[in-house]
Amino acid sequence: MTSFRSLARAMFLGFRRDRGALFFTIALPLLFLLIIGGVFARQSTPKSKVLEIGSVPVVDQMPAEMRAGVDKSLKFTRISDRNAAVEKVRKGDYSAAIEQSGDRVVVHFSAADQVKAGTAQGQIEGLVQAANQASSGKPPKYRLEGQQVEDKSLKPIQYITPGLLGWALASAGMFGASTTLVTWRTKGLLRRLRLSPVPIRSVFAARVVVSLGVAMVQTALFIGVATLPMFGLELAHYWWMAIPMVLCGVLAFLAIGMLIGAWAKTQEAAQGVTQIVVLPMAFLGGSFFNIDDAPPWLRVVSEIFPLRHLNNGMLKVLVRGEGPASVLPQMGVLLGFALVATLIAVRVFRWEQI
Amino acid sequence: MPNTIVATDLRKRYGDVKAVDGVTLAVEEGEFFGILGPNGAGKTTTLEIIEGLRQADGGEVTVLGRSPWPRDPALLPRIGVQLQASSFFERLTAREQLRTFGSLYGVPERKADAMLETVGLTEKADTPVEKLSGGQAQRLSIACALVHEPELVFLDEPTAALDPQARRNLWDVLRAINTEGRTIVLTTHYMDEAETLCDRVAIIDRGRILRSGPPAALVRGLDAATRISVVSGVLGVDEARALPGADDVTDDGVSLVIATRDPSSVVAALAGRGALDGVQIKGATLEDVFLNLTGREYRI
Ligand SMILES: Nc1ncnc2c1ncn2[C@@H]1O[C@H](COP(=O)(O)OP(=O)(O)O)[C@@H](O)[C@H]1O
Ligand SMILES: [Mg+2]
Repeated sequence: MTSFRSLARAMFLGFRRDRGALFFTIALPLLFLLIIGGVFARQSTPKSKVLEIGSVPVVDQMPAEMRAGVDKSLKFTRISDRNAAVEKVRKGDYSAAIEQSGDRVVVHFSAADQVKAGTAQGQIEGLVQAANQASSGKPPKYRLEGQQVEDKSLKPIQYITPGLLGWALASAGMFGASTTLVTWRTKGLLRRLRLSPVPIRSVFAARVVVSLGVAMVQTALFIGVATLPMFGLELAHYWWMAIPMVLCGVLAFLAIGMLIGAWAKTQEAAQGVTQIVVLPMAFLGGSFFNIDDAPPWLRVVSEIFPLRHLNNGMLKVLVRGEGPASVLPQMGVLLGFALVATLIAVRVFRWEQI
Repeated sequence: MPNTIVATDLRKRYGDVKAVDGVTLAVEEGEFFGILGPNGAGKTTTLEIIEGLRQADGGEVTVLGRSPWPRDPALLPRIGVQLQASSFFERLTAREQLRTFGSLYGVPERKADAMLETVGLTEKADTPVEKLSGGQAQRLSIACALVHEPELVFLDEPTAALDPQARRNLWDVLRAINTEGRTIVLTTHYMDEAETLCDRVAIIDRGRILRSGPPAALVRGLDAATRISVVSGVLGVDEARALPGADDVTDDGVSLVIATRDPSSVVAALAGRGALDGVQIKGATLEDVFLNLTGREYRI
């Protein structure tokens, strides 16, 4: 037991002091999340620009809480010249211009971009209605509520986070396992450990435990960053099921990495082959785009990659709010990958470089 | 004395190369045994078969009464191995390295740290292995082989790539370990190392053991000439040839060298002529034994 612990400790220290590994397993994926998450975060709330001609009381005297809501979708700019305002709307610089004289509120819009104009108009209409309501003091009798037919919770950040995390776990697990095994063999550590009384199983188990720990850190960091207000990931009720999900996924990736490492003679070969597996897997596994948008045949092909199943399961528990039992099939498939790859790796395994 | 290692007719080939071609040897308990030969002679392969790292194609070997192949976890704690290529955990310091290896054998950290002291690496305890010099890495590698106090220690060219001072320091360490009663099997391509350290050596070439025995006995068994050299110019070459007992004389302008099988007569004659300036007397060495056995100059 103590030998197991100290082996794990040695391997963990070796990882922690490896700047390259830290960069690729922690920093780079987080950087991706920051960039891609940041891009989408901005894209998902495009504001309509609206000109305010002179003073418009329905806008200016909005109650503060309502103002906060309106500010999310509309950006008001004050202008005094009415003709200039109309001209700007005509050119498409602004979605609409709004003016008020007494109780009459007029919206100027252009027919050139009906979608934009429609959006702005609809929002302003809501605004006027709210003002009516506020002045009468009576709640509205009928209320219209729009329901989007797509899964409402699936804002881009919601599938980007599990996807990028899956990719980070896959590349860390596979590169880590394949290059470690080759290094151990080429540097002679494997034969040296073979001469110690510790069963080789323990040596590998220690490495697996370290990798699982690193994966947990990756997961925590990822989810932590994505739930920051600026990215706005909202975790579903059973989010903690992500933990066993990640563990199963990483076991599969480690097993495939070990298989590559058992086969490869050199570091270059190990890295090359791992790359050849990781890249297509990341794309088809749905890490960089929503695989549900892909043609059906591609979706079928993507099933051969464990990452696809990890991403599926993570989406279910992390954002779609499905229960723990819903991901049992995914976990089963991942463990199956792990088992099969391990069995083959054991067969291919060589102690000696030559 | 019980035999610690008994190897009979070991054979191992790699493709067309007969790396080990019928090696038979026995090492006694407490002995300092050397396997001496040029590069590619088959030293490492022989050692690795005995350690249990490689399976022999033929022959038999027992180590401490057990068979090293297949891997025997009961035998492994009793032997310590320093491989020819240092093999360490990446990015650990010298101290962490040694503690980790120690823990594989249940050795407490305190004892691992003491071993660091024994090989003189206390100052380098916090240095990552990647930053150790060749000699320091070699000493750490040996410390890793000794940390669990094995009865039998295998060292594969432990002093290769060390400067003379470091070699001598390491020799002291090895002698001390042997004095504690541990059996040491060492391979080397340095003749002087084998002569200085080993109780017995086996001279190996092209996978075969040519001769084995205590170094002094091997040299004495050889009817080799002693070389007496004096400063060039004190004596003419022809004059030297005429000395009683002189077999062969050469003068390279720096030293006059007289080869003889009767050194006392030659020295007496030289003394009589007052021609002993800068005299040096060199007996035969293992190098001559090798030359005699193979007909080739010894080249590492
Ligand atoms: N793994 C191997 N594969 C192929 N040939 C090898 C291997 N190991 C050693 N040899 C060959 O066997 C011979 C003996 O090698 P070795 O035992 O390493 O000699 P030494 O240790 O005395 O230098 C050499 O010719 C060497 O090239
Ligand atoms: Mg060798």
